[in-house]
Amino acid sequence: MNSLILRTASRFLLILLFQFSIFLLLRGHNDPGGGFVGGLVLAAALTLYAIAYDVRSMRRFLPCRAQTIIAWGLLAAALSGVWSMFKGQPFMTGQWAHVYILGLDLHLGTPLLFDIGVYLTVVGVVLIVIMSLAEEVEEDD
Amino acid sequence: MNSLIVLPILLPLLVGASCVVVWRYVAAQRILTLAGSIVYLAVAVVLLERVASEGIQAVQKGAWIAPFGITLVADMFSAVMVATTGVVTLVIVVYSLGTMDRAREAWGYYPLFNILIMGVSGAFLTGDIFNLFVWFEVLLISSFVLLALGGERAQLEGAIKYVTLNLVASAFFLAAVGILYAMAGSLNMADLSQRLGDVAQPGLVTTLAILFLVAFGIKGAIFPLFFWLPASYHTPPVAVSAIFGGLLTKVGVYALIRVFTLLFLNNVDYTHTIILWAGGITMVTGVLGAVAQYEFRRLLSFHIVSQIGYMVMGLGFFTPLALAGTVFFIVHNIFVKTNLFLVSGVSHRLHGTYDLKKLGGLYRAHPWIGMLFLLSALSLAGVPPLSGFFGKLVLIKAGLGIEQFVLVAAALGVSLLTLFSMTKIWAEAFWKPLPDGTAVKAPGGGMALLLGPIVTLAVLAVVMGVAAGPFFALAQQAGEQLLNPESYIRAVLGARGGS
Amino acid sequence: MEALLAIVIGVLYASGVYMLMRRSIVKLIIGLALLAHGASLLVFTAAGLTRAVPPVIPFGEKAITGTVADPLPQALILTAIVISFGVQAFAMVLAYRAYQTVGTDDLDDMKATDT
Repeated sequence: MNSLILRTASRFLLILLFQFSIFLLLRGHNDPGGGFVGGLVLAAALTLYAIAYDVRSMRRFLPCRAQTIIAWGLLAAALSGVWSMFKGQPFMTGQWAHVYILGLDLHLGTPLLFDIGVYLTVVGVVLIVIMSLAEEVEEDD
Repeated sequence: MNSLIVLPILLPLLVGASCVVVWRYVAAQRILTLAGSIVYLAVAVVLLERVASEGIQAVQKGAWIAPFGITLVADMFSAVMVATTGVVTLVIVVYSLGTMDRAREAWGYYPLFNILIMGVSGAFLTGDIFNLFVWFEVLLISSFVLLALGGERAQLEGAIKYVTLNLVASAFFLAAVGILYAMAGSLNMADLSQRLGDVAQPGLVTTLAILFLVAFGIKGAIFPLFFWLPASYHTPPVAVSAIFGGLLTKVGVYALIRVFTLLFLNNVDYTHTIILWAGGITMVTGVLGAVAQYEFRRLLSFHIVSQIGYMVMGLGFFTPLALAGTVFFIVHNIFVKTNLFLVSGVSHRLHGTYDLKKLGGLYRAHPWIGMLFLLSALSLAGVPPLSGFFGKLVLIKAGLGIEQFVLVAAALGVSLLTLFSMTKIWAEAFWKPLPDGTAVKAPGGGMALLLGPIVTLAVLAVVMGVAAGPFFALAQQAGEQLLNPESYIRAVLGARGGS
Repeated sequence: MEALLAIVIGVLYASGVYMLMRRSIVKLIIGLALLAHGASLLVFTAAGLTRAVPPVIPFGEKAITGTVADPLPQALILTAIVISFGVQAFAMVLAYRAYQTVGTDDLDDMKATDT
């Protein structure tokens, strides 16, 4: 698609939506939100960018292949479950700790790690679907 | 704490994800998968031993007490199935190392295979009906991709039928789970087992039971819902065919047995009679379909349908002996059926075709391959002293015990026809001289990777027959646990369930 | 409200099954999607409709007060929707590949693996 307005807007929207997706991810434990919807927002933003430009220029934003993103997401989610097994508790029991960074008292736990895993997996899956369908069409043109 | 039950699910997940991380290095994926499947088998055997000595094991995910959290349960039946999965997985992985082509390996064969095994183990071990749905979907999605991977015309056509029928089944399954939750207010199978007894509308429970029967019937390929199976199972590479034919349909049968021994016991006369006759008709139609076939793997696919009939019939008999026989038969069938598919791969390797009319002379050229095939084929047909004989013997004895003479006669007739179509393969592919015009290929390197698995499974078929005692003791224990859900319920819900 | 949703579910199932019977693969996939929607809506409706707040404990309190909606059916539906999303994406790619390989989207021309 060749639209100046969409192109200009999608660049700003990409940053904005990325921040929003992180916000949703972090908010998820106590309020509506979470890794799944956060991942969908980021994937939607990247898809919008791919529509405005093309898939190849969208790909530049990815640090690695989409499959690898999924793999790390799965590993992060699995790790969040295994953590408690090392402590002798059942699989996926939440582990919590207080972390002090920059004078803030953060209450972090394995559910957040699980959510991050979900976030990465969702981004990877949606991008794979979009890319495999879109690249097919772009090759045909 | 009891983390052992989680491992059969966790291990394939970790291996699969790691395989994706090292996507470009196929050799690393192979080593990871092989190592993973060896550890999986070890874990499965330890789990089986633990269940045999200490009784049913259960673990609550995330320490959320049942029935609120998701429970993983390993009773004897689950443990036996996981152990069988372990054996078949290792065997297929070794076989894949020798047969899988570079393109499929590079496009994610190993990660998909591991995710498939994760789904299968999850379905065997979960104690939650919705979780069962999720594991079914996990194994289905990876099986979809495995089936279509490679993109040959036959594969794509087969995959469309497979995907469509399985998605329809999933829609049924989901609707049934939703209505079940609305009616009983729980998803934990042990909890449901207690609650379904005193639901306000017993008629609706029976309807629901039939809905589950249809959903699992499609997934397990029961008459009249089996047509997708012989239309798709012969299209992918042999290693994939073998794991589908050996293992995947049995997951549907497992779910059927689990649900109809734990949940739907209100109206046994009605539901189990339907199951009984569905099993009987499945048995007969499957074998009749096979008689007409001249394609090696299609013939075997129809036999899968036929043998599913035996298992379902065993569930329909619903006596301790019959259920023990069913468990024994399922394990035997997984080994033998997988092995027959693997043998078909060897004949393809040697002559480049699966068409029985074009094959020939295999016995003359490679007598020991012939003997290995014969062991599995005769075991499938139920010739003593091989494993299939005892499975069928027990089922038939159970049928005679409750005077289902028509079905017993059908089972015996089906055995005879099975023997007939196995001798057809023998005569066409192994005995008759090689027809003119059929290519004779050099076996190439790595034949040991093809034959090692076949020898292993053939030996298992013999051992399960000659030394059937210990195997049958396990099956009997599984059958007793299935018929007496109290111990299952107590293991999941603790003391509260005992009341 | 239940009656209305029941009718909607019925229409979704009926049109889904009708689309499954068509010969075109594209319509087949639409049929599968409609069937999945029907099943999700069925779970939602069967589990009971309530006018209530989400089951989130307000900040600073220890327990939920007042009536809340049952979160479980919604969680089930979310899971089911995600699964059907993935599966349908795969089915679309599969249909496209099949169309490229076979050269038609007519199911009647895809009988090579039957009989």
